[in-house]
Amino acid sequence: MSETTHDATVAVSAPAAPDEGLAAKELAAKHGLSVSGARPSLIEYVRQLWDRRHFILAFSRAKLTAQYSQAKLGQLWQVATPLLNAAVYFFIFGLLLEADRGMSREVYIPFLVTGVFVFTFTQSSVMAGVRAISGNLGLVRALHFPRASLPISFALQQLQQLLFSMIVLFAVAVGFGHYPDLSWVLIVPALVLQFCFNTGLALIMARAGAKTPDLAQLMPFVMRTWMYASGVMFSIPIFLADKPAWMANVLQWNPAAIYMDLMRYALIDEYDQKFLPDHVWAAAGGWAVLFALGGFVYFWKAEERYGRG
Amino acid sequence: MAEQQDARIPTVIADDLHIVYRVNGAKSGKGSATAALSRILKRGEERGVRKVHAVRGVSFVAYRGEAIGLIGSNGSGKSTLLRAIAGLLPAEQGKVYTDGQPSLLGVNAALMNDLTGERNVILGGLAMGMSREEIKERYQDIVDFSGINEKGDFITLPMRTYSSGMAARLRFSIAAAKDHDVLMIDEALATGDRKFQKRSEDRIRELRKEAGTVFLVSHNNKSIRDTCNRVLWLERGELRMDGPTDEVLKEYEKFTGK
Repeated sequence: MSETTHDATVAVSAPAAPDEGLAAKELAAKHGLSVSGARPSLIEYVRQLWDRRHFILAFSRAKLTAQYSQAKLGQLWQVATPLLNAAVYFFIFGLLLEADRGMSREVYIPFLVTGVFVFTFTQSSVMAGVRAISGNLGLVRALHFPRASLPISFALQQLQQLLFSMIVLFAVAVGFGHYPDLSWVLIVPALVLQFCFNTGLALIMARAGAKTPDLAQLMPFVMRTWMYASGVMFSIPIFLADKPAWMANVLQWNPAAIYMDLMRYALIDEYDQKFLPDHVWAAAGGWAVLFALGGFVYFWKAEERYGRG
Repeated sequence: MAEQQDARIPTVIADDLHIVYRVNGAKSGKGSATAALSRILKRGEERGVRKVHAVRGVSFVAYRGEAIGLIGSNGSGKSTLLRAIAGLLPAEQGKVYTDGQPSLLGVNAALMNDLTGERNVILGGLAMGMSREEIKERYQDIVDFSGINEKGDFITLPMRTYSSGMAARLRFSIAAAKDHDVLMIDEALATGDRKFQKRSEDRIRELRKEAGTVFLVSHNNKSIRDTCNRVLWLERGELRMDGPTDEVLKEYEKFTGK
């Protein structure tokens, strides 16, 4: 079938329009039609996203519930999974490898569990972000909504997952003699900043994963490297005491280490200023703002292209 | 001039529209790891990607008040064209201009089998952009329309326990609960038993009255004849014919050998 024959057929049988003679673009302009699927302005995009806030929340909660709905113990796994996770890390790093390096058991176990949970929060946000678009193409191709709803919703799901883990974490902290005091209030700003950072990272990964789905295979290795480099199961200043100072500095200033340290500082009495890098709150805020804003704009730039291919 | 505009207001304009799907890892017939590796190493225009040209240069103008049927054999690009009009699939070339936001009648993808019917109604409604109040207002209508609760309290059970017919009915009921400017329906009429089909046809006629323009994809010539006044016939991604229902259907039936 050549182009010319089909054009001819159309011309013969199409009903004559009063606007005939106008090019499609002029006709559209005359009647105030807009290009379908065009990217909205950044402000308009934020407004659309705000309109969908109920969907974003409902979707994240639905995903969270659906996760364990087939299990016999049901939602109990929300708490049991992090607890088992912490037990495994304690067995390997606390008992077998003795990575505590002179920290007392009362400090090391809450230190380890905090690290595991806080890092898992970032890790699972990244992994969910990679698949946010590429794993939900059906949804993207069927319905209209600002696509950023998906990675944000997945990051929110991980936040709710972390709140369940916090129950375990509080129990561990109290079990090892760290009772709630005023410093526990710092948990809230630390979590808010980490959530902003995670959401930004999830947005970046969502755009990258939409273009290159192979990232889902690659990211576990990247994340594991990041985990070992961030001092989840050892204290960076103690472990790198005999190495050049810049090494410890670089590792300590990476966002994952910053957010872990803040949470430990808030929870564990003996984990004080000397374990933290300088200007730690400024760094935590800086990473959060940089990634949240940068990630959002980066994701928005490709808004009209999600769902292709 | 003003009178003319009242008579025929365009709602959807497709201008030389091309849609291309890209499929990863389907370039050669071989799916082995070595074949994939050699594809990566060989520098081509786009490595390991096979292109499927689903819609090739379709142009048409749809006006307010029209109900347009889309016909054509399987794989002729009907559903792809609908998704492109809705702005859900980016165009490779050409443009679609629309008045307001066209919506596809389909929330299937937003629903989760592990959740109860009740939560799916809410989730589906939110996914379509309804507010919480709107959903609360229409919740009972949606459940009644689907007829899910006719055989007991099924709406509080997870959707994975539903029969395929029941699930399809609930999906259609959720999708049809919203009013649309430009409405597109993709073979939705084929679901459910006879009684439910009748009910959904009535609902579509109702939606048509409220919507500016309706697009309907169907392989059932009777339902096209019942609901549409204009038909676009697609074949291999090209617009083969565009005209009044009877004219096009006659040609189409000749073509398919009925």
